[in-house]
Formats: sequence, structure tokens, C-alpha cells
Amino acid sequence: MYPASFHYHAPTTLEAALALLAELKDRARPLAGGHSLLPMMKLRLAQPEHVIDLRKLPDLAGIRATDAGLAIGAATTHWQVESSPLVAATLPLLAEVAGVIADPQVRNRGTIGGSLAHADPAADYPASLLALEAELVCASIKGRRVVKAGDWFQGLMTTALEPDELLVEIRVSRPPAGTGAAYVKFPHPATRFAIVGVAALVTRDGQGRCTRARLGITGVGPTAARLPGVEAALAGTALDRAAIEAAARRAAEGLDLQDDRQATATEKAALAGVFARRALAAAVARSGG
Amino acid sequence: MTERPANLPVTITINGAVETHDVEPRLLLVHFIRETAGLTGTHVGCDTSQCGACTVLLDGLAVKSCTVLAAQADGADIVTIEGLAKAGVLHPIQQGFREKHGLQCGFCTPGMIMAACQLLQRHPHPTREQIRHQLDGNICRCTGYHQIVDAIAWAADVLAKG
Repeated sequence: MYPASFHYHAPTTLEAALALLAELKDRARPLAGGHSLLPMMKLRLAQPEHVIDLRKLPDLAGIRATDAGLAIGAATTHWQVESSPLVAATLPLLAEVAGVIADPQVRNRGTIGGSLAHADPAADYPASLLALEAELVCASIKGRRVVKAGDWFQGLMTTALEPDELLVEIRVSRPPAGTGAAYVKFPHPATRFAIVGVAALVTRDGQGRCTRARLGITGVGPTAARLPGVEAALAGTALDRAAIEAAARRAAEGLDLQDDRQATATEKAALAGVFARRALAAAVARSGG
Repeated sequence: MTERPANLPVTITINGAVETHDVEPRLLLVHFIRETAGLTGTHVGCDTSQCGACTVLLDGLAVKSCTVLAAQADGADIVTIEGLAKAGVLHPIQQGFREKHGLQCGFCTPGMIMAACQLLQRHPHPTREQIRHQLDGNICRCTGYHQIVDAIAWAADVLAKG
């Protein structure tokens, strides 16, 4: 399968890339690892007139420590996150998520920024970045702005990114002391996309009580989403089995569940509950409790 | 599209040989390898980045060449299945597939072997579980995978003995 014809650009500076985007807007698509865009172009679901390859932009890939946690360049590959000692030491949840995306070959090419900008409803990163309350840095010739992960996903494959903007960096804060985190997914057997995936972070105080819970889910709705019902139900509990099970029963609250080829809305509600419970149990086990 | 996009000069080193050609921007790396450079050992299976038959090493990393533009590989160093045997002597992974009957029809085999190259770089002493996990991106319809795992475990032992 061949993509439709396009004009190819490989700017060597961020300024040049942003100038192209400002000029071409939605006639152009930025290309990072290409593992979301190229399959869509081969199926002719996407037929951009111009492709702006980001591979020559300096500093768009890489992971650095910040006072709050980590700053991850948008063109950082899943393998780079999966194998980074800095991520393992600071935010092991992200390495866990990166390591279960698709397969090793895809992880060598696919990027965190590409995944977030594409916003596939079954992608893995969105659930964890919602739960981590990440910040996404967008650049255009007008300057930079920071979008909270909670404001990023606006609909099916639709994000807050403007046509003249490039996602350049993802900032993630280190969770508070006493936090355990886990990502558990049910992968589609062929594609390895998440039929359902839940990221959970739970924080306990000195008495073992839950002071904070953050959960994100992917796969079951048009976008990844937080699980506010589960988060509220866990507050102040001892995070024992009964508390986890009671909270997980609220997983489907507020989710936009529709029947599709993979599962009915009823099945998705059940899967959301089961995977919320499993992710919470794993997170609690890592919280020192 | 109002005007035909200009062709691009692309230079890619494949198994040590430098290939410079003017190509369409939409040309996929796998077609550059198979049709432009004439190396047909790299196969196109699913063409949707799932089956792994088109796996090659791009600057040392296993990638699915059906999902990379030739333009993205400009300046890169590629190793394909044809680049593994040296002076008629099979690479230990190739030899392992032969010893352990790691193939039946053979269509997936080049991709399996290239994926195994990276697997053994990252995990020189892999468990059978690790071998299976690292072959997530390669599909075989004949063998049931058991003998592929045997073949890679055999190669790991050979390589470990130097």
C-alpha cells in the first residue's frame, strides 16, 4: 500500500518547522516516528498535502530531570522511555506503560508526542498521563503554551493542539511520597492496542489511609478519561480489598461507552471495573501497604 | 494535489553498500530495499505494521520497514537478512533456525531473524519467556512458535560461547 502523494519537508530547526506549520496549517501533518500517521496514510484515511518530518530537529527527543520530575521531548521513542534509567528511578509507571505499547519494533519508532497528538482512543500513554496530571507544551511561531493533560483529549482523535502548533515536550511531576502506581492492560491479541487499560496511582499517609487516588482509562471510550467516581470512593479508605472492590465498581461512571466491533457497552463497563480493580491492587501493593 | 511532488535524493547504506536514488517522498523503506536496491529477502506480509515480516535493522534498531518512509531513512545504515551471513557462513541465528526447524513456509523467517538480532543484543541470555515477549511484533502462521523459540535459544547459547 502506498500513501497518496505529498510534498516532503525536513526542516532542521524548530523555527523553520513552526514557520511551515504556520503557513500550511491543516494542509500539513508533522511526522515523528510515523507509527500512527503512516498507517493512516497508507489506508488513505489521511492524505496530507505536505508532510513535515521532524527527525532533523535538535532537542525534540530526550529525557531530562526537572525540579518537579521529568521533561520528555515529544520525539522521544517508547523504547527510550522504556529503557531510561532516569525514568525508572523517577517515574517507573511511565517505563511500565512504554514497555507494553505494541511490540519492540514499533517501540523503536513510535514517540510519546506522536501518540498524544494522534490521540488514538486505544493508545496506552493517554491513560497514564491523565492519571499523572501531565502538562503538554505546545509551540507555534506565536510562542509556547502549556495544556493540562485533562484538557488535551477533546474527542475521538481530537486534541487541544492547534493546526499551527507542534507538541514539543511533556512534563510530568514526581508523585508524592507514599505513592504506588501501576498500569494494567488487556491487549488486543493482534494489534496490542488496549481493549482496556487502566493506570492507577494511590498515595497513603503514615496510617495507611488513602490520601490521594488518580486513575486514567483508555480503550473503552472515544478518548482516554479519568475515573473520578473511583478516585472519590477511595479517599480516606484503608485501601483494603473491600475498599478497592467497592471503588472499582464505580469505574464506568461518566464514561462514554458505545457498542463497537470489539465489545458491547455492557462488556466495556465490566472490563473497566475489572481492570480498575487490578490496577488498584497492583498500585496498592507498590505503595508500601 | 496541484503539482507533482519533487523526487528526493536519498542515500541509504544497505549491508555496507551505499544506495543513492531519487525517490518519491511516499516511497516506503521496504520498497526501497526490495525494488530500488533489489534485495527481496525482506518480505511484505500484512503491510499494516503488525506481522513483522519486513523487519530490518535501521541504525541498529529493529523496525518494520513497511512503516518507515525511505526519506526518513536518508543517511541511515540498514542491515537486512542478506547482510547476516558472512562469506557463505550462516549467522548463528540463521543456523539456529536450520538446526531447530524454526520455519515451515519461511515467509516470516527474515523478519523473525532480524527481530532476534535485536533481541539477543538487548537480552544476550534470554529466558524462553523473554524470547516470546520480544517476538510480540512478529507473526508466524506455520510453526506455533515453539521451534522459533528453540532456534533463538540455540543461537543465544552459541553466541554466549563466542
